[in-house]
Amino acid sequence: MKLLRQTLLLLRKDLLLELRRHESLMTMFFFGALLLFVFNFSFDLTPARVSELAPGLLWLAFLFTGTLGLTQLFEGERGNHCLDALLMSPIDRGALFLAKTCFNIVLMGLVELVVMPLFWILFSLPSWQPLPALFLIVFLGNVGFCVLGTILAAVTLKARARELLLPLVLFPLMVPVILSTIRCMEALLRSGELGDALPWLRLLIGFDVIFLTVGILIFDWVVDV
Amino acid sequence: MPQVTGKKRKGILGAATLVFIIAGLYWGLIKAPPDAYQGDSQRIMYLHIPSILTAYLSFFLVFLGSCLYLWKREKRDDNLAHAAAEIGVLFTALTIIEGSIWGRPTWGVWWTWDARLTLTAILLLIFIGYLMLRALVEDESRAASSAAILGIIGFLDIPLIHMSVYWWRTLHQPPSILRPDKVPWENIHPELLTALAINFVAFVLLYFYLLSHRLRLSEMREEIKARRMN
Repeated sequence: MKLLRQTLLLLRKDLLLELRRHESLMTMFFFGALLLFVFNFSFDLTPARVSELAPGLLWLAFLFTGTLGLTQLFEGERGNHCLDALLMSPIDRGALFLAKTCFNIVLMGLVELVVMPLFWILFSLPSWQPLPALFLIVFLGNVGFCVLGTILAAVTLKARARELLLPLVLFPLMVPVILSTIRCMEALLRSGELGDALPWLRLLIGFDVIFLTVGILIFDWVVDV
Repeated sequence: MPQVTGKKRKGILGAATLVFIIAGLYWGLIKAPPDAYQGDSQRIMYLHIPSILTAYLSFFLVFLGSCLYLWKREKRDDNLAHAAAEIGVLFTALTIIEGSIWGRPTWGVWWTWDARLTLTAILLLIFIGYLMLRALVEDESRAASSAAILGIIGFLDIPLIHMSVYWWRTLHQPPSILRPDKVPWENIHPELLTALAINFVAFVLLYFYLLSHRLRLSEMREEIKARRMN
């Protein structure tokens, strides 16, 4: 309970800051929309082929925007020894981890809420019906991505060129999330049934749970100086 | 009885490695018969399998060293993880190179996106990332604990990556020795198995020989730093 309360408190702080500055959200959103335009020039996205390519393209766009968010995740704590102050305050490190993870999940979710329908409009996909289930899959993908991403963002915090380093260490470890999210989306778009994606969905949920637990346990050491 | 110093021990290890490598080469290239289907190109397996097994051993040592470092905070454990990661990357890269030399005549391609190939390539990328992280964090104890966390996460992630890429696709030869339906020595010619065993011992010895030198290098670096400080 205490953990939950502390998490919500920290999350509220981050959301409030974001609401005042609009830095991360705006850059992430415009980058996501920009990628849709780049995709349009890079691939021949005729209505016949677009359903086939949609899962890969969309998830790629979300991975890139998500990475953008992760590189900024601890930016607010870097100046003025704010991170040290946070660590000195009587707050569970696990709560800090959960709050940061949730914050990036919220940012990615907001971006996806706009970018995904935009994709449907821009490339005139035939059916809007699988969209809610698609949001669910993408949300689970976000959880896995942000959980591992937050740990690694904190790990690379004191490195030189950390914005460049983060994707390099993050993407190879993210293979299960990348693969299972894309396969889930593919199965859903092919048949319209969420049940067809079940084995991959289980793997994705398993990944989310494992790394969420590892993250809460290990975060003490991650932010330790 | 004369005391066996570190230097002497390394000398003995080095000599044993050399003997086994020569024996392994002799057995693999001359004594063992060529494979019935693949001909002489199969002989590269005598290097390919031992190198990937030692690479796995290496990544396990990274995990072990990382856990011990976070627990006890001793520089020695961190040195072990660092050294093991470097040599592990070397052996994984060797495995991939040997595999593609073998794959070209056998499969007709240098590289294919098969599950095991992909898994090995991802392992290589993970531990290259690990070494880059080490290089880019200036503060030493900070670098050690960051790297330790990455080493642990990387190791824990391997089964998940394994599962996902296996579901995704499989083309690689199924294991020929450790098969559930037969006992090992019935599956392949005994000469081939001997060649493989000798090469495996050679690689493990080589591995520990390199590791001991790499650890000594870390120690020497620390000595120099300590002297400069004084």
